[in-house]
Amino acid sequence: MNSAIRVRGLVKTYPGRPPVEAVRGLDLEVAAGECFGLLGPNGAGKTTTLEIVEGLLDPTAGEVEVLGLRWGRGDAEIRRKIGISLQETRLSDKLTVRETVTLFRSFYPSGLTPDEAIARVGLEEKARSYVDKLSGGQRQRLAVATALVGEPELLFLDEPTTGLDPQSRRQLWDVIRAQKDRGRTVVVTTHYMDEAERLCDRVAVIDHGKVIALGTPAELIARVGGEHVIDLDVDPSGPPRPPAGALADLPTVRSVREEGDRVTLTAGEPHRALPALLDLVRAAGTKLAGLTTRHATLEDVFVTLTGRHLRDES
Amino acid sequence: MNPLWQLTLARFREFYREPAALFWVYGFPLILAGALGMAFSEKPVPAANVDVQDEPCDPAGTEKLRADLAADPGLNVAVHDADVCRKRLRTSKTDAVVVPRPNTHERYEYLFDATRSESVLARTAADRALLRAANPQAPRAKESAVTEPGNRYIDFLIPGLLGINLLGGGLFGVGFAVADMRIRKLLKRFQATPMRRSDFMLSLMISRLVFTLIDIGLLLGFAYFAFKIRVRGDPLVFVALIALGGASFAGLGLLLGSRARTMETTAGLVNAVMLPMYVLSGVFFSAARFPEVAQPFIRALPLTALNDGLRAVMNDGAGWEALPYPLLVLGIWGAVCFAVALKIFRWR
Repeated sequence: MNSAIRVRGLVKTYPGRPPVEAVRGLDLEVAAGECFGLLGPNGAGKTTTLEIVEGLLDPTAGEVEVLGLRWGRGDAEIRRKIGISLQETRLSDKLTVRETVTLFRSFYPSGLTPDEAIARVGLEEKARSYVDKLSGGQRQRLAVATALVGEPELLFLDEPTTGLDPQSRRQLWDVIRAQKDRGRTVVVTTHYMDEAERLCDRVAVIDHGKVIALGTPAELIARVGGEHVIDLDVDPSGPPRPPAGALADLPTVRSVREEGDRVTLTAGEPHRALPALLDLVRAAGTKLAGLTTRHATLEDVFVTLTGRHLRDES
Repeated sequence: MNPLWQLTLARFREFYREPAALFWVYGFPLILAGALGMAFSEKPVPAANVDVQDEPCDPAGTEKLRADLAADPGLNVAVHDADVCRKRLRTSKTDAVVVPRPNTHERYEYLFDATRSESVLARTAADRALLRAANPQAPRAKESAVTEPGNRYIDFLIPGLLGINLLGGGLFGVGFAVADMRIRKLLKRFQATPMRRSDFMLSLMISRLVFTLIDIGLLLGFAYFAFKIRVRGDPLVFVALIALGGASFAGLGLLLGSRARTMETTAGLVNAVMLPMYVLSGVFFSAARFPEVAQPFIRALPLTALNDGLRAVMNDGAGWEALPYPLLVLGIWGAVCFAVALKIFRWR
């Protein structure tokens, strides 16, 4: 496998009282040509990891190799080959879209023409508009255009779709897919699980500065134990629900998680688990407020691994 | 698509597309110069106000005293009773009071405030008027008033205004711009590209220099048309001084903006540097008025050096001999600030 990024034993500690250990021994390998997702809640260390790989932060310890080069020796060459969209850059309000992209293009010895870059993110109609006249989604696409204009081998997008409406998100997904179709590597951080499932070939789930799971979205979901999820909402005014032990013994049920009035089961074969579950509920006299079956998502993976939801504060 | 050109172009565009900024940078100094110029335009020293204290026992004597004083063109005379005279003197409505003392050897008493120059002038003028009235035959010296461009207050003021404009332009134009780009994470975004940092720094300097030349040109044009002020010395030396001042203050601005992460910090730093120089460096009044012990320090300030140089060239018609002192002071300040700024500059 030809690696675009190789990270070994990465540690980043911010000085302070007490020191903040943002990244604590992280290993990562991203293959050339894949779309790789870094997943995790806010504060998990995604952005810190990304900025170290991008050469914007110095690691406290560990090795980082980008496109076979190392920071400190091949800085100029790496910067020519990578494109970056940061989480929150406010580009100059009084420059037009084309002027902004042209400015960024001038930093690179080769690359797209500004108009090509603008076309790739679908902002042709706004090429002459000032940045302060753009919507949030358009600004985000402009930020991606400035990352694309040097025709990078490796594209980093830090939470490119956070806070965007569904249509803008889809437009950005198309940009990322097109980049992948050209055989380029894309690394994207997100806390939207659906986004990672649709876009990424592989994902690393990061929590408390470490990789806690790594693989294709399908692999990770399979690892939770069953692709299917049954959510059971119990009416608290009725008789008590069946005990977790009894639920776990149902056919093909792999795991049981109780959270308030909701019980979530993962099951290998819902057509066998469901009738047995309903029999049990009827026998116990439990009243149901709701019953849903769905495919397992990366969100379930995260909750199973950490006991927390991705969007939880903390 | 030269990066230095593109970066500089971006600075220009951001600047001229912001009409409010244009006004404050270019319009405001003109208004300030105009207002100050008018306020201090060459009015002769106004006549002194002198009150005569009414002597109720001797109305004829009071009237003679009033007439003797009023004969002097440098005096405005009014007659009031004792209480009113005192009150008017206390509130500066009159500058001095002449009290008749008919049965004494002195004959008059002057009441005045020895700490107020108008009051001292009024006393002297009153004394003169009464002496002349007593000795009408005494010969008088010939008086010739001289006004020459170059020694008016506005002549003193305009070089100082050019100086503070250069200072403000450097500190705000560079310091604030850099801090703003850092806060917007734009510096960090630039850092992630192959952009050469020297290109970025140079674009700041070049754009600053061009804005400065426009700025100075406007002020100078205004000063010429409104007050007939022109550069009497070597124009090349004048341009050299302007460029030197602009570059040095841009370095200072870069240093002030090199690490700040909030606008408040930057504003505090800029004010802390700018306000003392406004007072000490001889902008509105001569720095020579400060005590002798402070002079070496004051003369080492970059704005003092620039103002002295500009005044020498504009008002005294100096040539290249006016350059070494500002060159030394501004050169050292600019070079040291620029070097330290590059060293400690924070891109994120």
